[in-house]
Amino acid sequence: MEKVFEAYKDKIPKSILEEVIEKTKGMNKSEIKKMLEKVREEYEKSLLDIGEAVGIVAAQSIGEPGTQMTMKTFHFAGVAELAVPQGLPRFIELVDVRRAPKMPMMWIYTKDPKDYEKTVEIAKKIEELEITKIAAIREDFIKKRIHVLVDMDKLKEEGLDFEEIKKRLEKAVRKKAKVEGENDIVFDLKVSTLKALRRYTNKLEEVRIKGVPNIKKAAVIKQDGEYVIQTEGTNLKGIMALSDKLIDKRRVRCNNVKEIEEVLGIEAARETLLREAKAVLDNQGLTVDVRHLMLLVDSMTASGVVRPVGRQGVSGMKSSVFARAAFEETVRHLLDAALRGEKDGLKGVTENIIVGQPIPIGTGTVGLIMKKK
Amino acid sequence: MIGKKIESIQFQLLSPEIIRKMSTVRVVTPDTYDDDGFPIEAGLMDLRMGVIDPGLRCKTCGGRMATCPGHFGRIELVRPVVHIGYVKMVLTLLKATCRKCGRLLLPPEKIAEYKELLLKEESDTDETALEIIAKSKKVSKCPHCGAKQENIKLLKPTTFYEGDQRLFPNEIRERLERIPDKDLEIIGINPSTARPEWAILTVLPVPPVTARPSITLETGERSEDDLTHKLVDVLRINQRLADNISAGAPQLIIEDLWDLLQYHVTTYLNNEVSGIPPARHRSGRPLKTLAQRLKGKEGRFRYNLSGKRVNFSARTVISPDPTLSINEVGVPKAIAEELTIPIKVTSWNIEDVKQWIKNTEYPKANYVIRPDGRRKKITDLNREEILEEIEEGYTVERQLIDGDIVIFNRQPSLHRVSMMAHKVKVLPGKTFRLNDAASTPYNADYDGDEMNLHAIQNEEARAEAGALMLVEKHIVSIRHGNPLVTPNQDHVTGLYLLTRNNSWFTKEEAEYILSSIGEKKLPKPHENGMYHGRDIISLIIPSSISLEFENGLCLKKGECKKDKNSEAYTVIKNGKLKRGVLERKALKNILIKEMFEREGPSVTREFIDKATRLGLATLMIEGFSSSISDSDLDEDTKKKIKEILDEAEMKTEILIEKYKKGELERVPGKTLRESLEDLIMIELTKARIKVGRIVEKALGYGNHLVIMGRVSGRGSVINLTQTSGCIGQTALRGKRLLRGYRNKILPHFKEGDISARARGFIRSSFKDGLSPTEYFFHAMSGRDSLVDKGIRTAISGYMQRRLINALLDISLKADGTVRDSAGNLIQVKYGEDGISPMKCKGGKAIDIDKIIEETK
Repeated sequence: MEKVFEAYKDKIPKSILEEVIEKTKGMNKSEIKKMLEKVREEYEKSLLDIGEAVGIVAAQSIGEPGTQMTMKTFHFAGVAELAVPQGLPRFIELVDVRRAPKMPMMWIYTKDPKDYEKTVEIAKKIEELEITKIAAIREDFIKKRIHVLVDMDKLKEEGLDFEEIKKRLEKAVRKKAKVEGENDIVFDLKVSTLKALRRYTNKLEEVRIKGVPNIKKAAVIKQDGEYVIQTEGTNLKGIMALSDKLIDKRRVRCNNVKEIEEVLGIEAARETLLREAKAVLDNQGLTVDVRHLMLLVDSMTASGVVRPVGRQGVSGMKSSVFARAAFEETVRHLLDAALRGEKDGLKGVTENIIVGQPIPIGTGTVGLIMKKK
Repeated sequence: MIGKKIESIQFQLLSPEIIRKMSTVRVVTPDTYDDDGFPIEAGLMDLRMGVIDPGLRCKTCGGRMATCPGHFGRIELVRPVVHIGYVKMVLTLLKATCRKCGRLLLPPEKIAEYKELLLKEESDTDETALEIIAKSKKVSKCPHCGAKQENIKLLKPTTFYEGDQRLFPNEIRERLERIPDKDLEIIGINPSTARPEWAILTVLPVPPVTARPSITLETGERSEDDLTHKLVDVLRINQRLADNISAGAPQLIIEDLWDLLQYHVTTYLNNEVSGIPPARHRSGRPLKTLAQRLKGKEGRFRYNLSGKRVNFSARTVISPDPTLSINEVGVPKAIAEELTIPIKVTSWNIEDVKQWIKNTEYPKANYVIRPDGRRKKITDLNREEILEEIEEGYTVERQLIDGDIVIFNRQPSLHRVSMMAHKVKVLPGKTFRLNDAASTPYNADYDGDEMNLHAIQNEEARAEAGALMLVEKHIVSIRHGNPLVTPNQDHVTGLYLLTRNNSWFTKEEAEYILSSIGEKKLPKPHENGMYHGRDIISLIIPSSISLEFENGLCLKKGECKKDKNSEAYTVIKNGKLKRGVLERKALKNILIKEMFEREGPSVTREFIDKATRLGLATLMIEGFSSSISDSDLDEDTKKKIKEILDEAEMKTEILIEKYKKGELERVPGKTLRESLEDLIMIELTKARIKVGRIVEKALGYGNHLVIMGRVSGRGSVINLTQTSGCIGQTALRGKRLLRGYRNKILPHFKEGDISARARGFIRSSFKDGLSPTEYFFHAMSGRDSLVDKGIRTAISGYMQRRLINALLDISLKADGTVRDSAGNLIQVKYGEDGISPMKCKGGKAIDIDKIIEETK
């Protein structure tokens, strides 16, 4: 049986072959052989024609429904002080590969996604909490002291320990503190100028009590029967540094392509780009074959780094002077080309249209040689 | 077919020598024509630079206006000036090289090191160059000759200073001359094509007059091109500067004139340089100089080079014609007589050709082209003469006839199916006609849309268009693999009427319907002696089709099959429609998709052609009309609707009450107010849907408006709801209305009133008429969507341009890889499986289940 399949290994893509193996279980050999032959035939019939301008087709297939996309923003349940761009603005954001999306978000699954209590607990742990949120910082200019007045109710709410906070603060300014009353942490600083005092205040204000930096909010939402931590603000590195016991790192998602590229590499960035682009189109109810999106993200990532679509990216790095000049910044490209002594080999579409020659794509790639009798 | 082919184009700077060599005349006189209107010798319109007046001959090549391409001249500048495009390059070079010896300000061993680096990895030349420049700029003492390096500054746009000392272009030129070739190479300048001192202009090339033709106005006055104007300025100042220098004028005056010359040369090259006022025409309009000619959407590149105007094309209004095939286009006779197709005369077609030439009426030949390329119009006078001389090797341009393949297009051409090939059908009338089923890919309607038609001019292109671009080849879209070209609108309604359970036809009726598709054989009659519509449609479904599915009429998924009499479950067996109806979803997403997969383009095309005609023939028999009274509702229903709306309004009141009391529960992540808005929106939308259902029920499923809505022929249930029931909530930016006066939208409401009516809920229907406030609300949301649509098209248009530009070179190569024009690998296998999106089944390459079923 193995041999039968082996023979088709190079003729049919692996994914299809696997499906055939799965679905033909229990059939006899001759039946399977017949099946495989039929599958091969069908597969070859469905192949794309050689020379096809797949790039243009992809661009048109994505661009044409663009007019039908909405420009509305959307509020996610859970986290949403800011509107999350959807539709056209979000798609452009992806294609532009902005450093950070308008609404950076992450989705984190815990080890036990059915357990609500535990998920909430972890969400609290992740959420960034600055000292200013649970305490007021007061300066005493006369005595050159700083008071940190902790709000005990909030402290309780967050489930924090007073001593712990004190330690954190001490560590941040490298000075010992005293406790006055029940909630006043006092730093008696031996400084002479007010400016020096203010420096300490600034330092204290930045102290993070708990959480992962940049995770501004973490809410627990229910998705497909599982509890997910949805965060506002992203810090992939920080989240990945958490213990394996807490979260399922393999399921962490993030909508910031640039960050993923930096932390996980180009393949992960490609995958995210594809997933996000597809999500936008699906969300708008537009049907576009994934192959078009794949081609787009592949051309954006083919060089090893994520390049935006546009003059700073894919289009601006073309080898042809004419192709670049015809897109944007015409004069600059022409002047630079002269300085470098560039030679346009007229290999692409734009260049040949400019000089008035047939384009080397589709039927233009094929020549015909006739033998004279 | 293709004679010469350009292999490559080299870019470089023009050296003064080359400028002088290619120049035919040294221009000195800042004037164009003398009083007789004859070009002045050594002036800007000198005859050696080409001719633009009919009757004159070029003094360089002897050609006339049509044959002389034009030749360059030159202006010898008395003092050199900086080329504005290279100011930045000049500055970096001045900073990065020794002020005295001209060497790069890096120690020799460092230079050697970089040179080696550049040889090794050629990819990062740009970055290395930048690094070298950045490093050299900081050096304060030359490592080669030990000279001290004074700081060099640029006072924008073109004035250089060394310390406090002004650096004049001639000094700059001397310095640049000193930089050795080997040092230029490593900072990304190719010295063989661009010596930096060439960026300091000593000679200015004067473009041929053909590139800056003057135009004669009606008054007989001559109006010169902007470039000519600018060149006149340059010449004048150049002359004055020369005079002043030879007269021994003070340095200050000479410097002023020099700066003026610099200004004119700068604006001649680019009139949009920041920091200097643009040169203006007498009328105050800024001049369009060299850079402006190339730049932007209306510039040479995008307007003339990337998009070209064509001959053999026509444009007129379109209108629908169901008697045409989707593959055809109806062409007005007047257009068919004007557009021509060149036919090469051979021994096989010489008789036909002679007949065309003989004809004095359509279809005739308009022109003859002799083997030497001379064109001749066929007139009554020379017809006989041409008939005599015609022989093999001639080409005859004959008028369009039925069956010619042409390309049909509607703008905006957003995707490839915006241009498809059609077969010509010459028709009376003045509009292009097309089958409405083919309107979807063009996104066309008939409210005045115009379309373009291109007559293909050679055999290769014609064969290609016929094989690849015909409408039938694009029934299924490559965007998503679903059919685009399908029966539409009335076709769908008609087909529904044809396939209903009780659509019985007499023999005469059946004959009439079938006559529309030229079918002479009737199907077998039923016991009652009548013919059923399903038997009629079955005649045109290929026998390979067997399908069973719930169609679009099905309201409860999975239950329509059980009810034996339900029309909502369609069964086709071996090409026979056994049960259920064909409506839009059944036709488009299922039947035609399946047919295209199995039987291919031409069979599917035939089905669509015939199905559309059957549908319309059915409508002709059944009769299908609707009037205003079709959307009338009885009192009882109106009361019901009122109740629903009252209830909805009450519920919103309750919600608002709760909100005010603070009893409303907050949706996590939203403010209390937002939660309220959400809940109200949900409540009101629910109400409108309820009203919709009641309207649909009240009008009855036999109501023509309801029928059209349900089978997706025309209109929808929402349209009906809004006509007779209630318009519902209007939205602004996707929310309830919230702006206007302070805390209210119109003066008619109380401040802070957030009830349904005060925030844009329209209770009335279009038929009842809207109250003044409702009318205003409706107009508000109407304008909002209009504006939104406007900006959206602009944004998505730019996105598409960028996408196209980024991906346009990418194609599938013969080895199955996907590469761009430079040969960079984009994908190892297209879409990971090599399958065409047009031919894939539900996103997968192959439907294995189906194959299993069939091989069993």
